[in-house]
Amino acid sequence: MANATSTHTHTGTSQPQLNYLTENTSLKDWLTTIDHKRLGLMYLAAVMAFFFVGGALALLLRLELLTPKQDFMDSATYNKVFTLHGAIMVFLFIIPSVPAALGNFVLPLMLGAKDVAFPRLNLASFYVYCLGAIMALAAIIGGGVDTGWTFYTPYSTTTDGPVGLMAMAVFVLGFSSIFTGINFVATVHKLRAPGMGWFQLPLFVWGIYATALIQVLATPVLGITAVLMVMERAFHIGIFDARLGGDPVLFQHFFWFYSHPAVYIMILPGMAIISEIIPVFSKKTVFGYRAIGFSSVSIAFIGFLVWGHHMFTSGQSDLASAIFAFLTYLVAIPSGIKIWNWLATMYQGSIEMRTPMLYAMSFLLLFAIGGLTGLYLGAISVDIHLHDTYFVVAHFHYVMMGGTVIAFLGGIHYWWPKMFGKMYNEKLADIACWIIFIGFNVTFLNQFMMGSQGMPRRYWTYLDEFQRYHIGSTIGSWILGFGLVMAAGVLLSSLRKKEYDAGDNPWGSRTMEWETISPPITHNFEGQPVLRHGPYDFRVEPTPATVAGGRH
Amino acid sequence: MNFLERLFLPPQASTHAKVVDDVFIFVTWVNIIFFVIVAAAAIFFVIKYKRRGPNDRTPHVTHNLTLELVWSIIPLFIVMIIFFWGFQTYMVARIAPNDSFEVQATAKKWLWAFEYPDGTRSINELHVPFGRPVRVVLSSEDVLHAFFLKDFRVKSDVLPNRYTEVWFEATKPGEYVLQCAEYCGKDHSRMLGKVFVDNKADYDRFIAEGPADWKTMPPAELGKMTYEQAGCVSCHSLDGSKGQGPSWKGIYGSTHQFVDGTSQVVDENYIRQSIENPQGKIVKGYEGIMPTYQGLLREKQINGVIAYIKSLK
Ligand code: HEC
Ligand SMILES: [Cu+2]
Repeated sequence: MANATSTHTHTGTSQPQLNYLTENTSLKDWLTTIDHKRLGLMYLAAVMAFFFVGGALALLLRLELLTPKQDFMDSATYNKVFTLHGAIMVFLFIIPSVPAALGNFVLPLMLGAKDVAFPRLNLASFYVYCLGAIMALAAIIGGGVDTGWTFYTPYSTTTDGPVGLMAMAVFVLGFSSIFTGINFVATVHKLRAPGMGWFQLPLFVWGIYATALIQVLATPVLGITAVLMVMERAFHIGIFDARLGGDPVLFQHFFWFYSHPAVYIMILPGMAIISEIIPVFSKKTVFGYRAIGFSSVSIAFIGFLVWGHHMFTSGQSDLASAIFAFLTYLVAIPSGIKIWNWLATMYQGSIEMRTPMLYAMSFLLLFAIGGLTGLYLGAISVDIHLHDTYFVVAHFHYVMMGGTVIAFLGGIHYWWPKMFGKMYNEKLADIACWIIFIGFNVTFLNQFMMGSQGMPRRYWTYLDEFQRYHIGSTIGSWILGFGLVMAAGVLLSSLRKKEYDAGDNPWGSRTMEWETISPPITHNFEGQPVLRHGPYDFRVEPTPATVAGGRH
Repeated sequence: MNFLERLFLPPQASTHAKVVDDVFIFVTWVNIIFFVIVAAAAIFFVIKYKRRGPNDRTPHVTHNLTLELVWSIIPLFIVMIIFFWGFQTYMVARIAPNDSFEVQATAKKWLWAFEYPDGTRSINELHVPFGRPVRVVLSSEDVLHAFFLKDFRVKSDVLPNRYTEVWFEATKPGEYVLQCAEYCGKDHSRMLGKVFVDNKADYDRFIAEGPADWKTMPPAELGKMTYEQAGCVSCHSLDGSKGQGPSWKGIYGSTHQFVDGTSQVVDENYIRQSIENPQGKIVKGYEGIMPTYQGLLREKQINGVIAYIKSLK
């Protein structure tokens, strides 16, 4: 016990212990690894690369929109660029971001497991992701696609370009997502440490578990829809084509049957991260553990029944619209409950504003705006006015970017010391977080205003009266872009440090991933860790797992 | 209240606009109140409960059922108000009054064509008499479009296989923008139109002779306007570059070859035929994809186009 603390600050020991980064470092070892931590990092690198590409495309779009005239892209190019921005951000970045990158790394560690339930499937899912990404890139090189990420028929079945290839890329990426989902469900069921019941799971696990269920249940529908659309294009089977007796609106039902739950695939993991960060930096047990856990599951469930709220102007029946609107408001409640729970957790806490907490606070405000502006869109008569305007664009960017991406960044800053054993410069990281927050708001508050004023989305040119908002939004996008690059620079430059200086549990967390050394050894823990206290029990001091493993 | 309306909403030009805006403003107040509560609590807690040192002790409070019920039920109650209000105001806007003035609108890439009760047709501009509810029946000839009048707060998708409709009653005569709100390809953002809510006299004059300002306009200028508004712009360039159709630059007086092997000098008659019966003679190197504009353009406009093409040296 006495030397328990010294074993995991391994700089002091004579023989530095190998960890998952330093053991077996050949390229082949990395490419064939079944270690969830390495796969997590590989996913992290891949999704971040696509985030960069998608972000660069967004900056180009914003630049073109600075004036209503053609600045440097013609309208056909613009249409391809916004399609790519959307498709890359949704299918290659956000959907895999938290689950595949952070989830892979953290989930088994949190459960006290050596790996996920099916490590080979995990590796396969990564390569399926790569295959999907290559197909998407091939579609871009092969001329680009101008359908919008939503692929609405009959435009998508009649326009030129490699739409089929792009749709098949989405199909393949879906499988990657399904594999990850299956793996996580099995892992949570089977590999929890002794003593860890369902209500001792960290809330991150609850969130990832709910997400995994949606991934497994909803993604097949996306796959089928993509295949039907491709068949329609190639063989005119007449499912969606009105001239052959099909119905183009049917496509929208299929598409949103996946893509609305996909919104929860994107946001639940973000909420899950915040549910970790806030108690740790408030040093107070989470308020309403069960409420937060169950709200994740109920969001996942009700989220399947609200897809028609994307279609209030599509000509669907009034009764359908009413039911969808009603359920949409119901699903708002569990999301709201989470916000109250987070605030109540902070109440009477001992709050330390380290970088991850700063991101969590940024999330809280941005996600509140994202969620609250959803209230406009559920009111059918108001939605009729706002549908397909920049208001909707701003709304979902507040949820997806202000919510998920900010939480993802917070999560990266939170687990970075665990992943690499090295601490970044927190001052600079804080400054980057502020710049992102400001840039984000400047970009998208302008879009709310121009949207409700009547600026339609997916417009390459626009009425002069909207220009002032566009100028503001474009300037905001530069600030935002700068902040993101700065955050990346701060994190990456920490890797140049020679020594592991982060410590095993720099934030004083109580969940299990912090009980092993940083970076963890290949098998995560010395021996099987046993649960000794709840995930947010700050009455006890944190203890390293190695003590229970009986090594000393 | 007025401040919020000006900040967020376009002018109210229909009876329905006010109804929608009331819901909008109500939701805005709900949002402001909730946001202020969340933001103030977060900021206050961060300052008030700032960590003092490593020995800080925090209470171990796991939950509080009463509190949780309160903060679930109050928001539930509020969102239900919004739901019912939003639905009820939507339903009133669904069914047009029986005495509505009825227009057919057809959308195609990338223009709006309107047909009036007396058979008159117009492109990208819709004239309706003031003081009557107007019902617009929508259909598409190709992909999805959406008929969006922001100042009237109405919008509907336009489908190829089903009629949809919107109705509105303008509260003041004037000119309003029509925008396509469902992505439809290259010129989606230029698929604009104008809605003129005319006094009785203006409307009758429109039916008889087209819009009033055409009278005073020089023919070439009317031609240029027709070129832009009737959608010629999406296929014909002015700078000599080849689009889906031949450029208009310098064609007047030159000799054109056709796919059937014949040739002809481009003169007034040829231009008129090309507009009224584009399939009659198809220029070599192009496909016969140009739609006919017979009955869509008034006499004055065709003369205008001819004058305009002449002027493009
Ligand atoms: C969908 C694309 C399209 C649109 C819209 C279109 N055209 Fe054309 N137009 C063509 C094509 C293709 C040709 C050449 C084939 C032919 O002669 O039919 C053509 C030929 C012409 C010609 C003969 C030009 C020549 O060089 O011989 C004239 C004149 C003309 N169009 C006028 C118009 C006018 C006026 C409008 C708008 C009211 C218009 N077009 C709209 C595609 C279009
Ligand atoms: Cu359109």
